[in-house]
Amino acid sequence: MNVWIAIGLTAAGCYAVKLAGLLVPAGALERPAVRRLSALLPVALLAALTAQQTFSTGHDLVLDARAAGLAAAAVALLLRAPFLVVVGAAVVVTAGVRALGG
Amino acid sequence: MREAPEGAGGRPRAAVVRDALGVGVAVGLSGFAFGVTAAGAGMSVLQACVLSLLVFTGASQFALVGALAAGGNPFTAAAGAFFLGTRNAFYGLRLSQLLALPKAVRPFAAHWVIDETTAVSLAQPDRRSARLGFTVTGLTLYLLWNLTTLLGALGAEAIGDTAAWGLDAAGPAVFLALLAPMLKSTTERAVAGLALVLGLGFLPVLPAGVPVLIAALAAPAVLWLKGSRSPQDSRRSPKGGRP
Repeated sequence: MNVWIAIGLTAAGCYAVKLAGLLVPAGALERPAVRRLSALLPVALLAALTAQQTFSTGHDLVLDARAAGLAAAAVALLLRAPFLVVVGAAVVVTAGVRALGG
Repeated sequence: MREAPEGAGGRPRAAVVRDALGVGVAVGLSGFAFGVTAAGAGMSVLQACVLSLLVFTGASQFALVGALAAGGNPFTAAAGAFFLGTRNAFYGLRLSQLLALPKAVRPFAAHWVIDETTAVSLAQPDRRSARLGFTVTGLTLYLLWNLTTLLGALGAEAIGDTAAWGLDAAGPAVFLALLAPMLKSTTERAVAGLALVLGLGFLPVLPAGVPVLIAALAAPAVLWLKGSRSPQDSRRSPKGGRP
């Protein structure tokens, strides 16, 4: 049930902000401070989420095969690989390291 | 907005459609990674599909699934996903000027206001091309993203232990791929670095889902530290080719 509550809230919230952008008068969100904050919020969230989902299990910080996978994804990004290749590199290297007992 | 002369000056429809299909297909296929991740995180096939149908903004979907899998309560999990989705409001703001959609159409078009449709639309030289690009990208991406979510969720159930296949690395890899093009200046890097420290530092001691919200404070904190120095960041532009 909790999962459905979360899905409902997320769907409603995400749709509301999408619609808000199309409906509100242009001036309302154009203030530079608001604009800069909105550009930086995803940066903060994505950095934290990347780190947490790579280096933790539950409440424990861990270093396991996922770190190798993320390193592979980072290399792929530096080589300007397409999106699917970046994700694929992370998956394959993580699986490979795990198969080797990592 | 950039308005090209009508007629001969407009971009050929075929070129617009080709661009839009390229982005739509490439990113649409990554719905497979979402379906697999959602199923691996313990969601049912139905829940994964409802997320893709009704939320339809990739980063928020991955974030929600990850937060719930980590044991977060539904409200903190949804809050993280919501804050990630707020950037779409600013895309909408720019698109509403560019596309000039009739009021009656906006509630429907809103669902497709995401990174990719914005990137394709803003890349067009005139309104007609922008509308075409928005529509073709949105339609292609919506159909493929939902289809591949279903296939990914079904596939994950079939292969069982998704971690053994390394599929638990797909979510963070998606986040990293979204984050990388945003790290343009020292401001962005400072925010990312501080958020990383906050996110990991509070993880062992606070309830699941809360540390990521604290990490979000890195954004206002760095802006505040920069103080009243003259704004030097260029206007944010959407990234192409990412969900």
